[in-house]
Amino acid sequence: MIWYVLRRLALFIPLILGVVAVTFGIMELVPGDPAAVLLGDEASEEAVRDMRRSLGLDRPWWIRLGSYYADLAHGDMGISYFQNQPVTDAIRQRVVPTLEVAVVALLISILIGLALGVAAAFWRGTAIDATSMLFAQLGVSMPVFWFGILLMYLLAIRFDLLPSIGRGPPLAGALVEAALGRPAALLESLSHIAMPALTLGLTNAAVISRLVRSAMLETLGQDFIRTAHAKGLLNVRIIFVHALGNAMLPVVSVIGLRFGALLGGAVLTESIFGWPGLGQLAVAAISQRDLPLVQGIVLTFAVAFALVNLLVDLLYALIDPRIRLE
Amino acid sequence: MKPLAVNLSLSIGGTIVIAVLLFALFGTIVSGFEPDQMNMKNRFSLPTAEHWLGTDNFGRDLWTRMAVGARVSLTIALCSVAIAVVVGTTVGLVSGYIGGAFDLLVMRIVDIFLGFPPIVLALAIVAALGPGMLNLTLSLAAIFWTEYARVVRSVTLAQREADYVTAAAALGAGSARILFREILPNVIGPVIVLATLGIGTAIIAESGLSFLGFGVEPPTPTWGWTLSYGTRYLRAEPWLSTVAGLAIMITVLGFNLFGDGLRDHLDPRGVARRIKSAPRQ
Repeated sequence: MIWYVLRRLALFIPLILGVVAVTFGIMELVPGDPAAVLLGDEASEEAVRDMRRSLGLDRPWWIRLGSYYADLAHGDMGISYFQNQPVTDAIRQRVVPTLEVAVVALLISILIGLALGVAAAFWRGTAIDATSMLFAQLGVSMPVFWFGILLMYLLAIRFDLLPSIGRGPPLAGALVEAALGRPAALLESLSHIAMPALTLGLTNAAVISRLVRSAMLETLGQDFIRTAHAKGLLNVRIIFVHALGNAMLPVVSVIGLRFGALLGGAVLTESIFGWPGLGQLAVAAISQRDLPLVQGIVLTFAVAFALVNLLVDLLYALIDPRIRLE
Repeated sequence: MKPLAVNLSLSIGGTIVIAVLLFALFGTIVSGFEPDQMNMKNRFSLPTAEHWLGTDNFGRDLWTRMAVGARVSLTIALCSVAIAVVVGTTVGLVSGYIGGAFDLLVMRIVDIFLGFPPIVLALAIVAALGPGMLNLTLSLAAIFWTEYARVVRSVTLAQREADYVTAAAALGAGSARILFREILPNVIGPVIVLATLGIGTAIIAESGLSFLGFGVEPPTPTWGWTLSYGTRYLRAEPWLSTVAGLAIMITVLGFNLFGDGLRDHLDPRGVARRIKSAPRQ
């Protein structure tokens, strides 16, 4: 087990090297000189040349790539061209807001996805099945950015229930406050998280519910379910203990993959809801051609995605003891 | 397997897809308006007998503008998926057939591409290549090809040892013949299913990029951009963004239903479903 995890972690190294190289290659192609952009239109040629030298842009690409790898090994991602701070700091400030939304969205999508999928499979062929699968099909086809705008229109503009943009107090701190008997901050925090999390969570729930339904149908057709019925077990017990437990495997793998989609979806939802997270930072960094920052954000996304996949594989073994990690 | 006509998803999806294609081809001709013909006296109109989908903030006919947007979205989506299918299938076939170190290397490259959040990779490529339909198509193809490579490779790995392949080799068939005449027919079903569903994903991705301002540049009335500037008037005139959102959703719904329906016929074993990583946004 420990060896398995260590070996998987070791595979992160070629992944990181590769992701950095591809991003570096793409950003090399970006037209325009960051030094000239930084200094503005009025800058003299000499000033631009000095700036290029101080940013290290005058060196050939392979030296810049090599020194990036060397710095990265020391946990240094360089300094953002436009944010006037180290890339690691800029990212650290943005990671928590993005995770807040991603985690709440994941919870929403698992709860609703499981409920709809199980209900549809259990009442197969009925109106309940048809309705939940219609919802699922619409959710899968709905562009996440339009869904966000619809929610904003309904919940913020029309009925004025939720704040339309921005982030409230940090969720973790608010949870601690609430535990100490002061729930005001938590309510404030959740009211801001609600819309971006619902946007991402409900579109994801659609994907998950379709998968849960087909996994449940497959499981419900098997012999051990018939045996359970023959033993006279209650439907509830059969559904939630016998069937759902076995149907969880494909579901867990997709939930893992969806976490990646949640991170990607953050790029769009954060722009809509003015959420100060990594996604918004990514859009800004790419449009400003802020190479060190783009590099750092992409790397953060890639490592997070790889970590989630590793967790999913470990969860597999936990859920199904027949699976051996090798 | 149900007969084709009974398959509800396939018929509804197919009808929507054909309707959207007709709309893209002939929508601008039948409306009687130019896409950039302004009329400041008739701004933000709701659907009327004259303006079938209403008008925008400059009084321009939304039906006509949506039809132009349909042309842009469909062209980019169809072309990017076609490129991704050709590249991905070829890579998957060759990698799965040759196996060994080559296969390992190719799959590591695929892993690196899968390590990116798709939309961030597409954004970066568009930023590098510059805006425009061709570049947008290429950037989407760059994020989609891995899916086909993985599916085709895994099927190829399984088929490589099959008796019919051995038989073909014994009859003196060369590698190219075995790959494209013997193995390819066995992977084409799941690939077609994936590609149909991929068109929906591509339309969402393209309009998402346009929404963020990285798509085909204005004044081209893309769906994503119309949705984006429509939200500026969301409070008073929600119809504008709604039209664009509906256009995207109905089209994607059509391709998704069509793909789901096709799956029953072309991929009864569910290869595409099992291997396909969930849809991407």
